[in-house]
Amino acid sequence: MRRNLLRLALLAAVMPLAAHAHDGHAPGGVTASQVWTRAVGATAPTAAGYMTLRNHGTVADRLVGAETPAARSVEIHEQRMDDGVMRMRPLPDGILIPPGETATLGPGGVHLMLVGPTRALARGERVPLTLRFERAGEVRVELTVEAAGARQPSHAGH
Amino acid sequence: MLRWIRGVAWGAIALLGFLTLAVSAGWLVTDGPLSERGVATEPASLPIGGPFSLTDHRGRAVTERDFAGRPAAVFFGFTHCPDVCPTTLGDMTALIEALGPEAERIHWLFVSVDWERDTPDALAGYLEAFDPRIVGLSGTEAQVAQAARSFRVYYRRVPTEGGGYTMDHSASVFLLDAAGRFAGTLDSKESREVALEKVRMLASR
Repeated sequence: MRRNLLRLALLAAVMPLAAHAHDGHAPGGVTASQVWTRAVGATAPTAAGYMTLRNHGTVADRLVGAETPAARSVEIHEQRMDDGVMRMRPLPDGILIPPGETATLGPGGVHLMLVGPTRALARGERVPLTLRFERAGEVRVELTVEAAGARQPSHAGH
Repeated sequence: MLRWIRGVAWGAIALLGFLTLAVSAGWLVTDGPLSERGVATEPASLPIGGPFSLTDHRGRAVTERDFAGRPAAVFFGFTHCPDVCPTTLGDMTALIEALGPEAERIHWLFVSVDWERDTPDALAGYLEAFDPRIVGLSGTEAQVAQAARSFRVYYRRVPTEGGGYTMDHSASVFLLDAAGRFAGTLDSKESREVALEKVRMLASR
């Protein structure tokens, strides 16, 4: 119940943004908004990618992969907390987005793992990212780099 | 016969005396004036925190004695952790900034459970993005095991597809007072105000 409320709240927060989103629109109807990452040093082994995906289509779609020139590879992961223990696992089937619904990638949950960043990511810069969907195909977006360890994008809710 | 009765009586008196003494001595050190106040209710009674021998991110060999005399905030994680570890270190950075000069009174420690990949150099690079007062600690497999035992920390190496691995680990930030006794935890779900109040209290211990 609480998770549903949270989801609703998140949805409410990103709705206006999604409506105005110019980037990330694919013919199949998946848009990505609030696409962000966090600053990391040049030798950081990993970075994370967060966003809200919305499926405007009438059939389910699935995020199956991604790539960016700023990292060796990109994986889809889920972070789970069991009894105070953090567990991170790859999601081999990607992220399902039912028609008309959104999927939120955020700290402490589902996220993209940028494996082997090729350089430092500095706060304020923008990093290209290509998302690959089962139906919608490739969607190009940009990750906005927020502060290291930020819990949310700095312009959340604008 | 009389002598026998007298012997038993003296024995009884001796026993009674001993019991009285034992009970009052017990009272003195548990509930009485010689007791340590609040031992049973304070988190300090939990055996969290203890000996460790690790290397800091500048390559210096350290033990728990190097961090004695000041309270500490200790978090176990690893650098191939894109999500929860940066979140926690980001929270720590924000707390340090909010505390201002008071933050200097606390040791901020990040202990890696990834003994294979997290060299002092790897930690140094990873910590660059966070407050420079956070000290990274790493060690051999045995050293990490000892540190984890001292803090009752759970960690496990989990193989992933393609020959890699990830680490499961306890996600709490442990707070220790200046004497190295357990003084509570920071929880990732609590508000920043609550966390700030906790570390402010810790700084004054």
